[in-house]
Amino acid sequence: MSHEAVLHAHESHGHDDHGHHEHHDTFLTKYVFSQDHKMIAKQFLITGMVWAVLGGLMSVLFRLQLGYPDASFPWLESILGKWAKGGQITPEAYYALVTTHGTVLVFFVLTAGLSGTFANFLIPLQIGARDMASPFMNMLSYWFFLAASIVMMSSLFVETGPFSGGWVAYPPLSALRDASPGSKSGMDLWIISMALFVVSSLLGGLNYIATILNMRTKGMSMTRLPLTIWALFFTAVLGVLSFPVLLSGFILLIFDRNFGTSFYLSDIFVNGVGALSNEGGSAILYQHLFWFLGHPEVYIILLPAMGMVSEIMSVNSRKPIFGYMAMLGSLFAIAVLAFLVWAHHMFVTGLNPFLGSVFVLLTLLIAVPSAIKVFNWLTTLWRGNIRFTPGMLFAIGFVSLFISGGLTGIWLGNAALDIHLHDTYFVIAHFHIVMGVASMFGMFAGVYHWFPKMYGRYLNNSLGYMHFWVTLAGAYMIFWPMHYEGLAGMPRRYFDFSIWESFKQFAELNRFISTVAMIVFAAQLLFIINFFYSIFKGRKVTDPNPWKSNTLEWTTPINPGHGNWPGEIPEVHRWPYDYGKDGVDFIPQDVPVGDHESSH
Amino acid sequence: MSLYLSIAIIALIYVVIFQIAKASEYVSILKGEENSRKQNNKINGFLMIVFLVLGFVGVYVCNDLLFDKTLLAHPAASIQGERVDQMLWITLTITGIVFIITQILLFWFSYKYQEQENRKVFFFAHSTKLELIWTAIPAITLTVLVIFGLRNWFFFTGDAPKNAMVVEVTGKQFGWIFRYPGKDAVFGKKYYKNIDPANNSVGIIWDDKYAQDDILTEQTMYVVKGQPVKLIIGSRDVIHDVGLSAFRLKMDAVPGIPTTMWFTPKYTTKEMREMTGNPNYTYEISCDQLCGNGHYSMKGVIEVVEQEEYDLWMAKQKPQYFVANPDKDPEAAKAAATAAPAKDSTAKVATAKM
Repeated sequence: MSHEAVLHAHESHGHDDHGHHEHHDTFLTKYVFSQDHKMIAKQFLITGMVWAVLGGLMSVLFRLQLGYPDASFPWLESILGKWAKGGQITPEAYYALVTTHGTVLVFFVLTAGLSGTFANFLIPLQIGARDMASPFMNMLSYWFFLAASIVMMSSLFVETGPFSGGWVAYPPLSALRDASPGSKSGMDLWIISMALFVVSSLLGGLNYIATILNMRTKGMSMTRLPLTIWALFFTAVLGVLSFPVLLSGFILLIFDRNFGTSFYLSDIFVNGVGALSNEGGSAILYQHLFWFLGHPEVYIILLPAMGMVSEIMSVNSRKPIFGYMAMLGSLFAIAVLAFLVWAHHMFVTGLNPFLGSVFVLLTLLIAVPSAIKVFNWLTTLWRGNIRFTPGMLFAIGFVSLFISGGLTGIWLGNAALDIHLHDTYFVIAHFHIVMGVASMFGMFAGVYHWFPKMYGRYLNNSLGYMHFWVTLAGAYMIFWPMHYEGLAGMPRRYFDFSIWESFKQFAELNRFISTVAMIVFAAQLLFIINFFYSIFKGRKVTDPNPWKSNTLEWTTPINPGHGNWPGEIPEVHRWPYDYGKDGVDFIPQDVPVGDHESSH
Repeated sequence: MSLYLSIAIIALIYVVIFQIAKASEYVSILKGEENSRKQNNKINGFLMIVFLVLGFVGVYVCNDLLFDKTLLAHPAASIQGERVDQMLWITLTITGIVFIITQILLFWFSYKYQEQENRKVFFFAHSTKLELIWTAIPAITLTVLVIFGLRNWFFFTGDAPKNAMVVEVTGKQFGWIFRYPGKDAVFGKKYYKNIDPANNSVGIIWDDKYAQDDILTEQTMYVVKGQPVKLIIGSRDVIHDVGLSAFRLKMDAVPGIPTTMWFTPKYTTKEMREMTGNPNYTYEISCDQLCGNGHYSMKGVIEVVEQEEYDLWMAKQKPQYFVANPDKDPEAAKAAATAAPAKDSTAKVATAKM
């Protein structure tokens, strides 16, 4: 590997020369066009945080409408202009907010912000590599993501508004410019942004896979990898195999929008325009292409969180993760099944009933590896010696949310029940708990846990505790009652329920949910303040291994430079979970196996 | 003014919280970091058990307040709905038990095994027996749920009974069109390029001999209590979804690809009003697939009535062919020819008899 050879040659010049090298870094090469995986990780993280705040703010705005449909907020008009005429959010703005919230949170925050950050940061550090297999591609991955972000952002400012047909962008609504104002130029920008995003995640994913397979340090066999790395590996494989399918779906959509093809269009009469000439297309084809990514996507979001939670839980319970091989096997099973269940999003599209039954079976099968993971996490806590760092709290919160949201997946995966619950608030509750909030918890756990490695400083603990308890309680208060709305059949994506005899009874509950949502959003700002304050003013880390952890990242200096280890890369002699073995608190991976040591 | 004031107050709250957090960090340094860490550990361990208890209280209160608002509080309005409700209860029981057990274990373990100076952790890396147990139990439980679910799935998606009445439902931005086949019980052919919003909203081909007695209505659909109804569902523009929450069913309306769904209503609208105690109760059709900016207002109504009332209603309907082509309407022509000042009502009854 020539890159490593260069770095090695470089290291052999000794410490002074290394310092000299740092001198040559200009602001631009160090912070902007950096090829250091750690810096790229931070770029992903901070861009993801910006999007998380914006996406969260959007949800606050549309919750304002749902909670207070009759109230008027003059200040809204001064911010949003024509999108909030008379201080009330218009349906156009409402649907644009819902759509952008979904797109941004799913792709920009929980895919790029989560995988982008932690795959970049942890893979080289935990497998013992000096950088990614291709640092330049890695840099490009970030810049494509940023370009996608900028295009998506710019779509918020076009005359006809951003795309407003839901984050799944089903045609014909997304294909017909005249079907909705959001389907005009807002949709063009949406597709361009998503195409750039696909490129970004492919560049990143290929890099993660190549790095994990080829650049592990001596002794780091695949079964000695921390579970974080395994999870990130499966995530990258899922992304590389499924994102191209999404892109192909988008390309057909671009053809239908601009070049008169009929891949998705057939027999359409648009109000005010008349009958279109498209015949023979299938609107359902898009859904197959979309969900072929869309379902693996939820595991792309969830698996990194699972991996980090496993690692953080083991470290802070001072106990090995229970059932390493079972954890690995269940990750693998989930990754395989992720590709075989996409049509459970389509039970009510008129799917062939036999096909539907196959997807029911495969969908509910996922509950088995998920159950294994939950029980293994519980057993990891059992008879441990638990330290409640903020990272550990968020890991425990993740498991709680994963249980709650996972169990409702058993309801929705069973097609006969899904017919009733599909596209109701029950679904909103389910996927926000199990995928949205749970993965956010995984991300928070990761940030709290690895912040000392990222910046050489600690986050403020008290703010971390407040952040955790408010968010956990708040998340349940927001999403738990939504199950009841779903059981009343209340549909998703409604701007206003006042004309509906069956649903207007929930007005008071909607107000409650909106109020809690605002409080929870406000609590997230505590985290943002804590994060940026601590980068510059946080308590300094003095112990290179503050959590007494076994993995390799803690063998680097407190502030590792480009190349991570100033000297040789440590050799690995054991798995990463030797906590409490033979009465010893922890044995890092680079410690050779002793003569009388028992095997695990 | 009040806006700036509230912004100032919110900012102040942040500053106060932030200062408290910073102060607590200084205090911890003064007290010795190890001590304050242990204290924090105790507090958070205790909060784990508090959260567990308050959480279950919250679940109870939430159920108490909201259960009556769900559909489960009243009998399902269709035979399909009864099966759905039965499945809901069984699934709720199974997942509920798992939920309670695992959440208790999670928070109780967190509390019980919080850090203590003299505790030696139990080095427990794996146990094939345990892992097999918690692979097998979910697998068996899920098999039961799958078998149960698939039996219902094939019933719901299976053929409608022979005596089913057939209604065609077409979604459009933003409303519903219903077509009844008329006396011949066969729908006339249609082609989307024939659509004329004024008087041929689904594009019926008038030359087709089956088409001329087809009846079109908008927004409200009449069906008969106890008689199976088969819906043939389509869309004129984008994807919609016929959501029938009271009957526990829904099905997408896709342009170009007809879909079907059938159900047997059990109670008339009137009976449902008595059962729910809500004099305004209506069987609503909600669009359950985002279809544009008017999605939230795309409402239809199903009137479930007794056979006699249905016959009366049907008798009043005029085939769309005559609405679209008044010159072909023999009754209208006759009425116009005989006496222009003739009473309106007689003309109407005459047409209805057609």
